[in-house]
Formats: sequence, C-alpha cells, structure tokens
Amino acid sequence: MSVPLALLGLLEREPRHGYDLKRDYDAFFGRDKPLPFGQVYATLGRLARDGKVIAGEAEPGSGPDRKRYVITADGVSDLEAWLAEPVPAEPHLQTVLFVKVVLALLSGRSAETYLDTQRAAHMARMRELTELRRSSTLVDALLADHGLFHLEADLRWIDLTASRLDALAKEVQA
Amino acid sequence: MSTAGGPLLAATDLELSFGATPALRSASITVDAGELVAVMGPSGSGKSTLLHCLAGILVPEHGQVVFDAIRIDTLREAARSELRRSRFGFVFQFGQLVPELTAEENVALPLLLEGVRRHDALGRARGWFDRLDLGGLERRRSGELSGGEAQRVALARALVAGPDVVFADEPTGSLDTLAGEHVMELLVGAARDQGSAVVLVTHDARVAAYADREVIVRDGRTTSLLPAR
Repeated sequence: MSVPLALLGLLEREPRHGYDLKRDYDAFFGRDKPLPFGQVYATLGRLARDGKVIAGEAEPGSGPDRKRYVITADGVSDLEAWLAEPVPAEPHLQTVLFVKVVLALLSGRSAETYLDTQRAAHMARMRELTELRRSSTLVDALLADHGLFHLEADLRWIDLTASRLDALAKEVQA
Repeated sequence: MSTAGGPLLAATDLELSFGATPALRSASITVDAGELVAVMGPSGSGKSTLLHCLAGILVPEHGQVVFDAIRIDTLREAARSELRRSRFGFVFQFGQLVPELTAEENVALPLLLEGVRRHDALGRARGWFDRLDLGGLERRRSGELSGGEAQRVALARALVAGPDVVFADEPTGSLDTLAGEHVMELLVGAARDQGSAVVLVTHDARVAAYADREVIVRDGRTTSLLPAR
C-alpha cells in the first residue's frame, strides 16, 4: 500500500486535518494495521515539501493538529497517474510457501505435512473472512472477498503441489 | 437429535468399489448435530460416494454408518428410503426439480410424501419463499426459473421438513459466483436457524469456508485437519 498516494486520494475528496485523515485511512484501509500519527504527519510534511499538498495556517485551538491540508494540482496529477497504472502482475514465485516446500523436499522432510498444515491455516482464515463478510457492510465485504480470492489461489497451488510431490522430490533431489 | 454424547452421524472405515475401481478405500467422518462439515477433494476422489453412503443412498462393502444410534448401512432399502424422507434433506448440483410441478409444489413434495395434507403442505412450503428471496415465484415451473432461483427452490425443498441433516452435493456448482454466494448464505442461515446439520460436498474452497470444518478426501481416504491457530 502506498501511504502517500492513499492520503492524496483521501485529501482529494475534501481538505482535511491530519487527525481526520488518519481516521479516514484507518476506516478504509487500515483494518489490520492502523496508520501511526507520526507517519501521517511525516508523510504530509514530505508531500507539502514536494508541492503535492499545501498546509493551511495553524488554526487556533489546543493540540498539534490544527493545520488543514489541501491537495495541489500536482498532487491530483500524481494521484491520477497512480490510479491508472496497473500493479505489476508478479508471479510471486519466491513466496515463503514455495521456499518451505522446496526446502522440505531437499532435506527429505515431509512437504505433505507442511502443505496440509498450511491448507488448514488457509481454510481457517477463509472461514474468518467468510464470517466477516456475512456480518459486514458491502465495502468491508469487498475487502474480505479480495482476501478470499487470493487465499483460494494459494489453496489451488497447494493442492496442485500436493498432487505432484513425488515428481517434485525426484526433480529437486536429482 | 444426537445420541448421548456422540456425533449425530458417524461413518467408520468405509470401503466401496465400482467394479474394479475403488471409490472409497478407508473413509471415516463424524458430524455433530447442527454442525456444518465440508467434504473437499479433487474430482474423482470419492467425496460424492462418501456423501451417498452417509445418506443411505449407497451401501458400503466394508465399514459402518451410524445415524442417531441407528446402524443404517445394514437397513433394508425401504427402511433407508424412509429414513432419507423423514430425517434428511438433499440439494444437488442441478436442482433436480420436478418440471411438471410448480415451485411451491416442489417445495411441498417432502411433506406430501410424509402424508401431510396438501393444503397444509403448500402453506408450509409458501412460508419458505420470502425467506429464500423467492417471493412471487410460487407458481412458476422450473423451466421459468433462473439457475439461482431453481437452486433456492431446491434448498427450500431440502429444508421444509426440518431435517436433521441436509446433504448438499456441489450446491453451487452450476451457478455463477454471486448466485452461488446467495445460495450458500441462505443455506447456512436457514440450517443454523433450525439446527440442521449440513454435509457439504464441494471442490470450491470459498464454498467450504462457510462450514465449521472440512474433511479432505484423497483417493478414497479421508483426512481431517484441525484448523491451525
């Protein structure tokens, strides 16, 4: 997740204080990992320095959070470019799953046991996400769906790998 | 419902071959009252055969199937048929509605076979239409329903008599993702509401994730996996 661009995207809707921006970010994107305040202000500082946002005058009141941030035309242009750009469709070959299977086969350990355990962990997470999407708003359900489809892709890889373990072991150990 | 302390349904060491082809080599599974268990595995692994043995449709050559303290694999076909009608509900990949009957008559069918009066049976059947988002389709025939609608009618038919166990064999297999999710939401919600156990055969992990746990069938053998925490 690119935090600066996400913040620009949230700012484009309307000028916000740093605190409100953090709250918006956490509500939309930060479920598992809320954005620390320090990172919000550091990021806004860099965006201001680079001319992507303008920090308004400090407003009267207590606390540090008295500046309202406004996105600039340059900021909007960066945001548009980023939104239109596809994320690289990487095959993610070097995942931990792959490394563990290969290492297990290399060392003569049971890759099947590992894959079964991994499958159970994936299914447990899928059950959690399924429960979440059943009890949540459509926006949350959308995020859960994204997770579910990715976990499903892993599971299909796990199943295929499990059915090829003998041949894989021969190739790896050759 | 359940036998004291034990599972509602338990199969132990089932073996069954079709000609020279072994379908089940050593399959065991338990299902508690009200529990949703997914049976997963690749095509041809024996998962549907396992479901048919659990439901008393097929009889294993070895092993035993016990439902509610009754050994059902040794029952005669007539007794198994009676058990299926009175205690079990079924949903298959293709709804298998009776095309000559209206949707509400299809749903009422298990009740009519049980001897419930037609008027009462149809009344209870109609009660399911709004619940399964089928309001207004009571008089349609299966040819006039979409795939998702027909499958929800099949779902109502499986649930209408308040079965102890619903056997669902790839219930979303012929539906697109959205219609499939709709069917699963309703199946899980209704089964939980009335305390029916569900044995759900699927090769689709997203469908299996609606269940409480899964049993994997590979080459006719079962593996139960405890969820990793």
